[in-house]
Amino acid sequence: MNRYPFWKYLIILVSVLLGLFYTLPNFFGESPAVQVSPLRSAVKVDTALLQRVEEALKKANIVPSGMFLEKGGIKARFVDTDMQLKAKDVLQAALGVNYVVALNLLPNSPQWLTSIGALPMYLGLDLRGGVHFMLQVDMKGALTKALDRHSADIRGSLREQKIQYAGLDKEGSQITIKFREAESRSKAEAEISKTYVDLTVRQRDEGGEFLLTATLKEEAQKRIQDSAVQQNITTLRNRVNELGVAEPIIQQAGADRVVVQLPGVQDTAKAKDILGRTATLEVRMVDEERDVESALRGQIPFGSELHTERGGGPILIKKQVVLTGDRINDAQAGFDSNNQPAVHINLDNNGSRIFKQLTRDNVGKRMAILLIEKNLVEVVTAPVIREEIGGGRVQISGRMTTEEARDVALLLRAGALAAPMDIIEERTVGPSLGADNISRGFNSTLYGFLAVAVFMSIYYLMFGFISVVALGVNLLLLIGLLSILQATLTLPGMAAIALTLGMAIDANVLINERIRDELRNGISPQAAINAGYERAFGTILDSNVTTLISGLALFAFGTGPVKGFAVVLCLGILTSMFSAVTVSRGMVNLMYGSRRKLDKVPIGQVWKPTNDKR
Amino acid sequence: MEFFRIKRDIPFMSWGKYTTTISLVTFILAVFFLFSKGLNLGVDFTGGTVMEVGYSQTADLNRVRGVVAKLGMGDASVQNFGTSRDVLIRLPAKPEMSSARLSEKVLSALQQDDSTVEMRRVEFVGPQVGKELVENGALALLVVSFGIVAYLAIRFEWKFGVAGIIANLHDVVIILGFFAFFQWEFSLTVLAAILAILGYSVNESVVIFDRIRENFRKMRKATVAQTIDNAITRTMSRTVITHGSTQMVVVSMLLFGGEALHYFALALTIGILFGIYSSVLVASPIIMLLGVTREDLVKPEKKKEETEALP
Repeated sequence: MNRYPFWKYLIILVSVLLGLFYTLPNFFGESPAVQVSPLRSAVKVDTALLQRVEEALKKANIVPSGMFLEKGGIKARFVDTDMQLKAKDVLQAALGVNYVVALNLLPNSPQWLTSIGALPMYLGLDLRGGVHFMLQVDMKGALTKALDRHSADIRGSLREQKIQYAGLDKEGSQITIKFREAESRSKAEAEISKTYVDLTVRQRDEGGEFLLTATLKEEAQKRIQDSAVQQNITTLRNRVNELGVAEPIIQQAGADRVVVQLPGVQDTAKAKDILGRTATLEVRMVDEERDVESALRGQIPFGSELHTERGGGPILIKKQVVLTGDRINDAQAGFDSNNQPAVHINLDNNGSRIFKQLTRDNVGKRMAILLIEKNLVEVVTAPVIREEIGGGRVQISGRMTTEEARDVALLLRAGALAAPMDIIEERTVGPSLGADNISRGFNSTLYGFLAVAVFMSIYYLMFGFISVVALGVNLLLLIGLLSILQATLTLPGMAAIALTLGMAIDANVLINERIRDELRNGISPQAAINAGYERAFGTILDSNVTTLISGLALFAFGTGPVKGFAVVLCLGILTSMFSAVTVSRGMVNLMYGSRRKLDKVPIGQVWKPTNDKR
Repeated sequence: MEFFRIKRDIPFMSWGKYTTTISLVTFILAVFFLFSKGLNLGVDFTGGTVMEVGYSQTADLNRVRGVVAKLGMGDASVQNFGTSRDVLIRLPAKPEMSSARLSEKVLSALQQDDSTVEMRRVEFVGPQVGKELVENGALALLVVSFGIVAYLAIRFEWKFGVAGIIANLHDVVIILGFFAFFQWEFSLTVLAAILAILGYSVNESVVIFDRIRENFRKMRKATVAQTIDNAITRTMSRTVITHGSTQMVVVSMLLFGGEALHYFALALTIGILFGIYSSVLVASPIIMLLGVTREDLVKPEKKKEETEALP
């Protein structure tokens, strides 16, 4: 009656062994490491790179304690953080800007464990420290920017086609172009509707002027907004890569939100700065016909803006944008011919063409290169155009420091954000708090477990001890499962581990009480054990299902830390069903099932009421 | 060892009048405090910024207050957090300053004042996100409640579903009442604890309901009240030991879990205590009140019982 077929024992054994193997890596800890990965996926990670890394480290007398070539890059492990930091600097200098060199932590577990895919649990930001941002993409801003780009392009086309127009204005979500005669207007209309399929063009007459209005089509708006989010994600990824973060997570959350998680980042201010920057580059012409002095007195001429040149005086700049940063292929910091820090920019085909035309038409005039950040416009430089510049190579130099040149190059290279973004949620956990949180969660679980273990063993003797072993198996399986799934473990998740332990014991209490109950009714020990397990199972199932319902709802509606709690709770319920029922039964069967004569069940005292008077 | 040596069934059901009164009074009190004092909602729900900073020595709160006030944030709350060296600064959400850079400004000001200060944690939640979290929390509560009622209705009978959920929502309201009365901070983790409790303490009702069903089959001559009394009495031992074990773990969390898990564990404690009470003395009287009969459970189960009895 109390015997299991061999395969059931086998299942128990295999699951316990699996749990053990996959739990093991969590005990080895982690050591500091440096991770080298290429900035662009086109650059290959191969043994040649590995050799370069090895040589660079050898030259600097740094001995890594391990080095691995992986799909995404090279990881080198070091004994202490000093060595790690030194190695990072050495490698960054040796490999140049095409590689990301990031600090990381690598599990210390032996090779054979790693090779069966056994990894430590994936710790959430509240345990390992780091930054979590949720950014909201400004969808209106995306449309405005798209319209800006279109107005600049339309100007170029009209000029190229030699169509005369009196003015072009952007107002709200509409571009209005003025013409002196109807003929050029219809020519322009034909040209615009042919070239710019995203725009709806309409003719309008107003006060004797011939107007042409262009608005973005509905489906174009939707497409622009969708791609704005996508482009922003790409841009953020580029920027994060430049920051050198080991395992960043950047993903879309909902229609217009992006979540960025940077584990282990200490300098949150820098991270926030780089992520939040919406720097875009604009090339415009300097308004030289009008007087700066009168503008300073408040009479800013129509169509121009008053700005301050970096390290110089006020300057009048036309509102009309000639070229935007979208046309940039590459940007590198460097030096100009006077050995001043500069940014070298490579424009794409379209950009080169526009720039060539611009410089040809405006020799002798001044153009201005502006960096725009969150409505803050800065005139980096306003040089005089000396000759036509072809080939799309532009150099910006103007009283920059090397550091500034590098930052500007980074921002231009990583790409502009397609739309402005706002940080709507931030959770930063310092590394010291992360470590504290781990020990808090660990201690809660440990002492909770010990207390339950002592109590159960005293109260139910051998059966109590068996319950405790089952509970230990539950913990093992739960941690093993969390490690296999690489589910994010958060502090509430650790609380959930402790809580599931407290709740899982319920199943064993139910069983043990049931066995005592049956013994009280005078059933033979073997039959009592059997009846106890069989009858308790229905109840155990019912009560676990209700908790599971809560867990699933929490998972569905929860965010961040709460989700972590829900995952552990749900998994814990599943493992506890297995361990409390099957594993403990297996142990009982193994120990008592084969005894033909079992006088007593070691489950503690069973008190029988003396029913004589009843 | 055995704690419970109960000779006769305890007549729980005959106390129905008193227990219902007690429940009603606590419930009304809880609702009263919820409305009069309101919950002390954490930054997760209200939006705003919370910063935790650590000093190497005992922190001078007044000096920190001064630094923060100098930045034009006089309405910020500054208090110790856990130890005397850790300081929690709460900056209310301000529409004109709701940028995430607020925390940076405060931190650099604090660093200028005392260079040993260390950033431990920053949480900034925009008002929009806060609103969504409230909505999602309410939705989760609703889904859990319906899910449990549906499950109990399928497994037992609708009366049990209704009784189970009323008993447990009664617990939830009382936990909320405690949080309102003491003005403990109500955060996302506390919400998670409450939802977990909702699922967990239904366990208790389920175990008793299970026994009631079993007793309906066995005790053919007993009245409904006797049947329920017997079920409660015989599960008494298990009830106390299970909840005692869970509470041991929760106490361990209270002792070692630090400030971060404090209110979480507190919510669980209240939930566990009232969970026992409500399953025994709220849920069971309600099924009596709803007029449960033997036929509700036994008849349709008859065939099933025989198949279940086979090993």
